[in-house]
Amino acid sequence: MAVRSTEEAARRRLRTLEKYGVFGMVLLMAVVLTLLQPDIFLSAQNLTNILRQVAMNALLALGLYVVILTAGIDLSVGSIMALSTMLLAMADVAGWPWPLAILVGPAIGVLCGLVNGFGLTVLRLPHPFIMTLGTLYTLRGVTNLVSGGRPVSGVSDTIRFLGSGEIPMPFLGKFGSIPVSAVVLLVCYAGTAYFLNKMSIGRHIFAVGGNPQAARVSGIDVNRILLVVYGMSGFFAGLAGLLMAGRTGAGFPNAGIGAELDAIAAVIIGGASFFGGRGTVLGVFAGVLVMGLLRNGLNLMDVSAFWQQTLIGMIVVGAVFVDVLRRRAGRGP
Amino acid sequence: MSDAAHRGPAAPLLEARGITKRFGAITALDGVHLRLFPGEVLGVVGDNGAGKSTLMKVLSGLHAPTDGEIVFDSRTVVLHSPRDAQNIGIEMVYQDLALAGNLPIHENIYLGREPGRRVLGFTIVDEKLSRKMAMEHLDRLNITVKSVDQSVEELSGGQAQAVAIARATAFEGRVVIMDEPTAALAIKEVGKVLDLIKRLKDHGASVILISHRMDDVFFVCDRVMALFHGRNFEEAPIAETNRNEVIGWIMGTRGHAAGLAHEGA
Repeated sequence: MAVRSTEEAARRRLRTLEKYGVFGMVLLMAVVLTLLQPDIFLSAQNLTNILRQVAMNALLALGLYVVILTAGIDLSVGSIMALSTMLLAMADVAGWPWPLAILVGPAIGVLCGLVNGFGLTVLRLPHPFIMTLGTLYTLRGVTNLVSGGRPVSGVSDTIRFLGSGEIPMPFLGKFGSIPVSAVVLLVCYAGTAYFLNKMSIGRHIFAVGGNPQAARVSGIDVNRILLVVYGMSGFFAGLAGLLMAGRTGAGFPNAGIGAELDAIAAVIIGGASFFGGRGTVLGVFAGVLVMGLLRNGLNLMDVSAFWQQTLIGMIVVGAVFVDVLRRRAGRGP
Repeated sequence: MSDAAHRGPAAPLLEARGITKRFGAITALDGVHLRLFPGEVLGVVGDNGAGKSTLMKVLSGLHAPTDGEIVFDSRTVVLHSPRDAQNIGIEMVYQDLALAGNLPIHENIYLGREPGRRVLGFTIVDEKLSRKMAMEHLDRLNITVKSVDQSVEELSGGQAQAVAIARATAFEGRVVIMDEPTAALAIKEVGKVLDLIKRLKDHGASVILISHRMDDVFFVCDRVMALFHGRNFEEAPIAETNRNEVIGWIMGTRGHAAGLAHEGA
C-alpha cells in the first residue's frame, strides 16, 4: 500500500511537471533576465518587442498544436505561409481592393490545409508526415513559380495594419503601444481554446488523438475531423502570412523556411504530447514564449545566436523526456 | 422451457436473417440467423474465427452485411454506421473497450452525443450537465468511481469495462452487445462485470454476450448459440444444456463430446 501511494505520488508529480513545467520555465527565464538586465528586460518596449517577434511562430504553433492533438503533423506550414504572403502581396500590388486582398492570405492557407487533409482522407496516404512533406516542397515550388523567385514589395499600409500596426497605450510610457499582431494572437488563442474545450467538435479532436477507433465507433466522422484540423493549421499559417506581409511589406519566396520546425518545437516544449490527445493552448503559448525569451535574452546578453539553436534543441529533448516518463509511470500497477 | 425465449408468442426484439459477410475471397459469415428476445441474455460462443465478432460488428452497424437482413422491433433496418444502430437502441461494448484514455469518464460516456445546446450547427457542450448525468447513470448501475473527472487511463481494467458498459447503456439502449467483456479482467473484477450484466437485464435491456469463458455463459445467459466456421451450429436454452456439450459445439462436435472437453476451456 505504501509502495503504491508513493508511485501514485510520483505519477502525480510527473503529470504536474508536464502540465505546469513550461510555465515555471517561462517564469524562471523572466526572473533571470530581470536580474541580469533589470533596466532593459522589463521595459514596455522590450516586452512588446518580444510579442512582435513571436507573433508568427505563435500562429504557426497554434495550428500545429491542433494537428498534433490528433497525433498528426503538418510540415507544410512554413511553405503555406510563404505562398500566402506572396499571393497576398501580388494581389495587393495588382490593385485588388483591400477587403478582398486581405482575405487572400487566410483563404490560400485554408485551401492548402484542405489539400493536406484531402491527401490523408481521400488518397489515404499512410502518415501525415508524407503528405505534408510533399506540400512543403510543392507549395515552396509554387511560391517560386508565381514570383519568378523574386520578392514582391510595395504592400499597401492598409494591408500592413494587422502585421505592423500599433495601438497607442499611454500608460506604457510616452511611446508605449501594443502591437496589433498581439491582439490578433489573443483572439486566435482564446477562440481556439473555446473551440477545443467547450465545443463538441473540439472534444472530438481530443478523442481522435486519444483513440481513433473509439472516436469512430462513437459515431465521430474521423475524416471530417482531420479535414478540420489541417484546414485550421492552414488557416493560421495563412494568417501568419498576412502578419508577415505586414511586418516586411513584401512577399519573399524564401520566407518561413524551417518555420515549421520552430512551431513544432514550441508545441512540444509547451507540453503537448506527440502521441496526440494531450496539451493546452496556454501551454503552447508558454512554449512559444520560452523560445522568444531565449532569443530575446541571448540578444540582450550579446550571446551568439548559435547558442539559441543549441539550447532549444536541448529543451525540446527535455520536454519530450518528461512525456516519456509520464507514459512510463502511467503504465504502473 | 422456463426462459424468456420460450415464454409465449413474444416476437424477437432483434433478428438477423441469413447474414452473409465476405471479405474478398474469405467468407466470414454464411447465412447466419440470430434471434434475441426482449429481456433476454443470449450467449454467443465459437472458436477463434467462427465469426462471432464479425456478426456483432454487422449487428452494431460497423460492417455492412454482404447479404441478409436485420429486423429490429419487427421492422427491417439498414445500418450504415454505429450511429444508425445507436439511434434505434443497439449499443456495442467492444473487446478493446473503445474508450479514449485521455478523456475523463463523463466525456467518454457521452462521446459523440454530448449534452449541450446547438448553435449554428455546432454543439456547445454543457459540462455540468454531462457530469451530473454521468454520476446519476453510474449510480443507477451501482458503479463506483472516485470522480467522473478521472481520465479513463487511470482506471483498472474492470473499472474501464464498467465505464464502457455505462457508455453503452447511457441512452436507454434496448440491445447491448458485449464482445468478451471479461477476457482482459483480473479474476476479482469478473464477478462485478457479470453482476452488471444481470443488472442491465433487470433494467429491461436485452444483452448479447460473446465469451470464451463457460463460467460467464452459464452464470448470466438465458440461452446460448454456437457458431462454427461462419455458420449456425447449435443453440439451446441454458437450462437444457451443459458446459461439456457447449464446449463440444465450439469444437464442431455434437452429442458425445464429454470426453473431449476440458473444464473451463
